Amino acid sequence: MTLQNPDENRELRGIAVSPGIIIGKAHLVDRSRVKIIYRYLIKKEQIDDEIKRLEAAVAAMENRLSELKNRMPEQARGHSYILDSHMMILKDSMLTDSSIEKIKKEKINAEWALKKSFDEITRIFSEIDDDYISRRISDVEYVVEGVLRNLSGEKQQNLNEINERVIIVAHDLSPSDTSELNIGKVMGFITDGGGKTSHTGILAQALNIPAVVGLESATRMVHEGDLLIVDGNTGKVTINPDDETIILYQERQLKDEEYKSSIAKTCHLPSVTIDGHHIPVRANIEFMEEVAAVREYGAEGIGLYRTEFLYLRSKGMPPEEELFEDYKQVAELVFPDLVTIRTLDLGGDKLGPPFKTTGEINPALGLRAIRFCLREKEIFKCQLRAILRASIYGKMQVMFPMISGVQEFLDAKAIFDEVKKELDEKGIDYDRDMKVGIMIEVPSAVTMADVLARHVDFFSIGTNDLIQYALASDRINEHVAHMFQPLHPAILRMIRHVVLAAGEAGIPVALCGEMAGDPRCIPVLLGLGLSDLSMSAQSIPMAKAIIRGMSIKEARLDFQKVISLGTAAEVHRYIDQRIKAVFPETIFPENNLRNASA
Amino acid sequence: MKMEIERELNVINSLGLHARAAVKIVELGKRFSSRLYLKKENREVDGEGILSILSLACSKGTTIHARISGEDAESFMQALEELFMNRFGEDL
Repeated sequence: MTLQNPDENRELRGIAVSPGIIIGKAHLVDRSRVKIIYRYLIKKEQIDDEIKRLEAAVAAMENRLSELKNRMPEQARGHSYILDSHMMILKDSMLTDSSIEKIKKEKINAEWALKKSFDEITRIFSEIDDDYISRRISDVEYVVEGVLRNLSGEKQQNLNEINERVIIVAHDLSPSDTSELNIGKVMGFITDGGGKTSHTGILAQALNIPAVVGLESATRMVHEGDLLIVDGNTGKVTINPDDETIILYQERQLKDEEYKSSIAKTCHLPSVTIDGHHIPVRANIEFMEEVAAVREYGAEGIGLYRTEFLYLRSKGMPPEEELFEDYKQVAELVFPDLVTIRTLDLGGDKLGPPFKTTGEINPALGLRAIRFCLREKEIFKCQLRAILRASIYGKMQVMFPMISGVQEFLDAKAIFDEVKKELDEKGIDYDRDMKVGIMIEVPSAVTMADVLARHVDFFSIGTNDLIQYALASDRINEHVAHMFQPLHPAILRMIRHVVLAAGEAGIPVALCGEMAGDPRCIPVLLGLGLSDLSMSAQSIPMAKAIIRGMSIKEARLDFQKVISLGTAAEVHRYIDQRIKAVFPETIFPENNLRNASA
Repeated sequence: MKMEIERELNVINSLGLHARAAVKIVELGKRFSSRLYLKKENREVDGEGILSILSLACSKGTTIHARISGEDAESFMQALEELFMNRFGEDL
């Protein structure tokens, strides 16, 4: 006889950020409940000490939250409001002040007082008939549990203490959490927060394990030790699946793995279409250490080297020599292939106190990337010197992020030329013909593409930001993430505009957003005239398989139809139908098709 | 000079006064010395606490009554109005 489990086969839907299917046990991070709350009365003379004890526990929680926030990398910027809200909850008078009041008046211990305040807030929230708001009580719970843990002296759970293979379930994973991770024990990730390009996704892709983010309620619905199925292709998570579901997924898992290994076997073949066009497929990387893996996946060089990591790691300005050594090694390792290095794409808030900007209401539209570099000229020059010096050790070209118009490029280029002149004066060698390009990721740069094309050596379209800015939807905001649609007709028209402008000026144009690695987008991108793609390493084998299975001539014809469509949904429908007609299931299996829509 | 300003504000952003918007209001409050109180349907709460703001449960289309009292009430109110008008930087 089996016990009825009310939670059996419960499904959650989120955003698939790293493909693959995994079945395993859940391990909740950070929210292991403090099970017993000790309650006792205190004496009048103990009141002050008890308040101090509470304040110390609150302060410790505050430190932890601000540490989490400080360590958050650029790509996770959008999450920080969750941390901000936790910080505000912690300091909210309904929680802290009210608990102190209770210790004083009712002479109860800090844990009890805190629990009572929490119960009061729960009562208020349970009466709210806005579902989203009433569910925010889980954030209050998270904060209260953190403080309770500090009170009871319980150690914050460490991720490296995991000792069996598990699926990590977390509200959100900060880079500091993940850097502590015992990677060999992790089968997959699921998180409440996050979006397509969150840190969790990038990490999971690098580890080649499935991940689903933006589930909103995973940490509430899943209990420690629950059996989970995580489908990183579709974004579906099943809690305590029944036998039938398990069998179904085991079959899918098997198919998925067979498919992956068949693709992997062919990933070193050149990416040439049926009608003979060679489409270079390059990799986006963040760390020098990724270069070796990238080769394994069959990349033809690096289409985007993000250079923020060294700055984030040193929490300030890394010395020129450290930058130089890093860039030099990448250039050497990738040679004879090309490395496109992007200059610093960070805001001052990530670089520590002297550069901290105060109270930017909207940092995504604030002082960052090239804007920051043009203001902090010395930081910019230091990086450019390191890049130029490294350029003789391989094939390198440089590009500036977030260029919004011609003047900005000219200003940046002037600094670049100034650095070259200074190197000349010192007799330091560099690649005199190094190409200088720009990221096209601000809508105004799209509009000005024909003029920009006369000044720059190449374009690289950064769709992650371009889509976000053009559709005005934050890709890591779980409430509007669904509006982040790479196949939105507006985006396709913008990309085409840029490709045409580059073609007229005779300069190369590449595309380096995650869109480049999205199986469903590839035929469309090639159809609109792109012929150079850069993506996360893991997407490369499949992208190459797709390219080898298609013809540019047909893709162009299809694009004529696609460009006439009015909505992203129509574009999706049309592409799905074409893909079914063109690709055999071995290249484009059903389940991989579905994941492309996220 | 201490003063008190009251104004009706319309919640026009599509998510309403949710966590992200509440965070922005609290952040704004930290920049001014004046105190902010928000009132909906005769229930007035502390306008500088995230939980009390959330507890008002203001969805899109709600009108709330803001009261600011203190020396920099005027500039505080102006900034607050802007925040509401700009939909908390949330959508178009």
